[in-house]
Amino acid sequence: MTENKINLLVKVWRQPSTNSVGSFVDYKISVSPDSSFLEMLDEINNDLEKKNLEPIAFESDCREGICGTCGLVINGQPHGPIPKIATCQLHMRNFKDGDTVWVEPFRAKAFQVMKDLIVERSGLDKIIAAGGYISVNTGSIPDANAIPISKEISSAAMDAAACIGCGACVAACKNASAMLFVSAKVSQLALLPQGQPERTRRVQNMVKVMDELGFGSCSNTYACEAECPKGISVKNIARLNREFIIANMKSDNIEA
Amino acid sequence: MAKLDPKIPAGPLQEKWVNHKFNMKLVNPANKRKYDIIIVGSGLAGASAAASLGELGYKVKVFTYNDSPRRAHSIAAQGGINAAKNYQNDGDSIYRLFFDTIKGGDFRAREANVYRLAEVSNSIIDQCVAQGVPFAREYGGMLDNRSFGGAQVSRTFYARGQTGQQLLLGAYSALMRQVHLGNVEIFTRREMIDLVTIDNQAKGIVVRNMVDGLIEKYSAHAVVLATGGYSNVFFLSTNAMNCNTTAIWRAHKKGAFFANPCFTQIHPTCLPIHGEGQSKLTLMSESLRNDGRIWVSKLKKDMREPNDIPEEERDYYLERKYPSFGNLSPRDISSRSAKEVVDEGRGAKGGEAVYLDFKDAINRLGKHVIEERYGNLFEIYETITGENPYNVPMKIYPAPHYTMGGLWVDYNLMSTIPGLFILGEANFSDHGANRLGASALMQGLADGYFVAPYTIGDYLASAKPKKESLDHPAFDTVKKENEELIGKLLSIKGKQTVDDIHKKLGRIMWNKVGMGRNEKGLNEAIKEITDLRDEFWKDVNVVGTDKDINQCLERAGRLIDYLELGELMARDALARNESCGGHFREEYQTPEGEALRNDEEYAYVAAWEYKSLGSWELNKEALIYENVKLATRSYK
Repeated sequence: MTENKINLLVKVWRQPSTNSVGSFVDYKISVSPDSSFLEMLDEINNDLEKKNLEPIAFESDCREGICGTCGLVINGQPHGPIPKIATCQLHMRNFKDGDTVWVEPFRAKAFQVMKDLIVERSGLDKIIAAGGYISVNTGSIPDANAIPISKEISSAAMDAAACIGCGACVAACKNASAMLFVSAKVSQLALLPQGQPERTRRVQNMVKVMDELGFGSCSNTYACEAECPKGISVKNIARLNREFIIANMKSDNIEA
Repeated sequence: MAKLDPKIPAGPLQEKWVNHKFNMKLVNPANKRKYDIIIVGSGLAGASAAASLGELGYKVKVFTYNDSPRRAHSIAAQGGINAAKNYQNDGDSIYRLFFDTIKGGDFRAREANVYRLAEVSNSIIDQCVAQGVPFAREYGGMLDNRSFGGAQVSRTFYARGQTGQQLLLGAYSALMRQVHLGNVEIFTRREMIDLVTIDNQAKGIVVRNMVDGLIEKYSAHAVVLATGGYSNVFFLSTNAMNCNTTAIWRAHKKGAFFANPCFTQIHPTCLPIHGEGQSKLTLMSESLRNDGRIWVSKLKKDMREPNDIPEEERDYYLERKYPSFGNLSPRDISSRSAKEVVDEGRGAKGGEAVYLDFKDAINRLGKHVIEERYGNLFEIYETITGENPYNVPMKIYPAPHYTMGGLWVDYNLMSTIPGLFILGEANFSDHGANRLGASALMQGLADGYFVAPYTIGDYLASAKPKKESLDHPAFDTVKKENEELIGKLLSIKGKQTVDDIHKKLGRIMWNKVGMGRNEKGLNEAIKEITDLRDEFWKDVNVVGTDKDINQCLERAGRLIDYLELGELMARDALARNESCGGHFREEYQTPEGEALRNDEEYAYVAAWEYKSLGSWELNKEALIYENVKLATRSYK
């Protein structure tokens, strides 16, 4: 455990509400390198509250990198400078004494700022509701081992299923595309035998809702993969494209 | 006694649930849509119940304080989920899972509930696989299993170190399907702040809209709380930042009895505290104990680097004390043993930590096998601590993790308030005084998929509850009370922050109502907590207004309830003059320092009835063991 604290200038985006104008506000902090980034913000907030000033609004929950609640743009990068971790897993030992740190919310057309660093991400739930599931009711299910699934397939499905739904891919993309998010769910279910019956309609319905919600198109810059805290591969986007094309070729639903 | 009827069905253990299901009254399919059900919480229990009830045709409303139902803290469970499939041919059975769970809970759980849990465990795995949950598999395509503490069979199913995530996403996807079909409506960013009862029946809830601050009222035929545990009463725990006791505590104050509040689980494998700014503690899955060996130096204040301590100077204390179970001894025993060696001054570099070492496993199996099994956990460890566990042993220490106590429920998972059902960690039902690893996920999903959909239907069909209009004065009374409470909080304008006071409460709870408890400490804790409560109402500063997003106000509201619950936990621990499971009363131990149970006097569920602030009446539900012989728990 290191005793030496590091001193930072933290520039935080403050915006009282969706329709108000935001700006960066400076905070000086001396913090233990063993603290997490969010614990550093907790300390700033505790100081603000002591001065009867409104604390910085930001969201976090599990603080273990799995719930997907936290998501800040730190020095221009969603989830900060270290690859494959969520904001809550970023620790202050990755910063140097005297650094200036910029903290902003995820920015995307489909993610409105609600207050300070909190954004509205319910679009991601709407995409899942459109088809991100296998339609089985509870009960009357065959034994779990009735369908053997190869380790490779199951493992590839798990790679895709690891998505935490944080939206960093959207925030990283210059088009604010949600393709990596959508492709992860489409891939997981398209790979598994259980997902076959709805394979066609699933991809069509999810892509349709994604487009309707104002998420942009994919232009293959791979920024999403680079910023994804779970390292979800852009290969999933390739699979999504293939699934989508095949679905449209197979579909009886002909649109003019 | 008359107040507590557990409604355990008659007949042999193996036939209770089957017969009970047959004897239940059914709701005609066409009538189901006429029933409204409120579910608070969207974790494993809440999401699975909501999806299943929606599939049956009920009209369901789900409330969560998160921005999405997928954020619920079930998502953070790492290790796995138990089921009695016996796929490994190693002698597992429903009866063995039942027995292990009863024994693991130190004989303080209800036989009939635990048997039902074991009975439906296999259906859970089938259900999850059908949903596309990518459990780990063997090369032949069959599901893989691993072992967990407190069991000598391999019955734990897992999805890397993210089992909770995958199970929750399975339940969440089933839930979102019902949203799409119009059977379930989801209300995000809403915190339940009160229960509305009319003629002592649950008729609805009052929530705070966390975006605009408005207090909203909702009415239903039945209310389900699946709002998790209360470990955050300790301030530092493995629970997520927002986990809180408000929903169940406020229901408790409306008449729901609180059972065994002192039964809390301190998990043995968490990361040690780094300093004052620590906001929460991180769990390292118990599955690590399959291959990791736990040890400390035989010497006190040994400041050497762990790799410099030779084999003969290491004390693998769990293997030494409990040779049959070794590093896989149950959580309560493992945690207490860690505290003992640390109290002796033999912790890692003299501090509050013990070593969890993978050197032998890496030598035996190869680094790639360890990486495949625990790769993501090792990465998490390195991210947080800056140390590489492939080369240096992990440092771990116990931390508050799970609460076996919760609102009292009968066999149907209904609380002492008719129409109020409690599922998952929020109830007290299945784990007795100690929960075994990989059993929380099992219980949450058992309650949600396979128990509540039946028992709630039975309640609706037999009690024929009426849905009350939101114009009923009871709703407005509760709404007004809560608006006043919020107004009061905002007007105190004291000097301490909410977290300052919460940290003080946490220290009292950890030191005096934590791993070791005694009469003197508990009496002190009760006094200190009540004093701290007064301090809170005089000196807290809740910044901001009640008209928009105000996280300070959210935290303050939750702390009010912890300051009351903490006292009840201490009172419950004081009233239980025995040691069992996670409840270790220092006065009651064997000469070897093991927990000394007192079955003659304490084989009961302590169900506390709220009278007024600081005043409760203790009701006892006798635990009757017809199948299992009460025995001293031995893992030697």
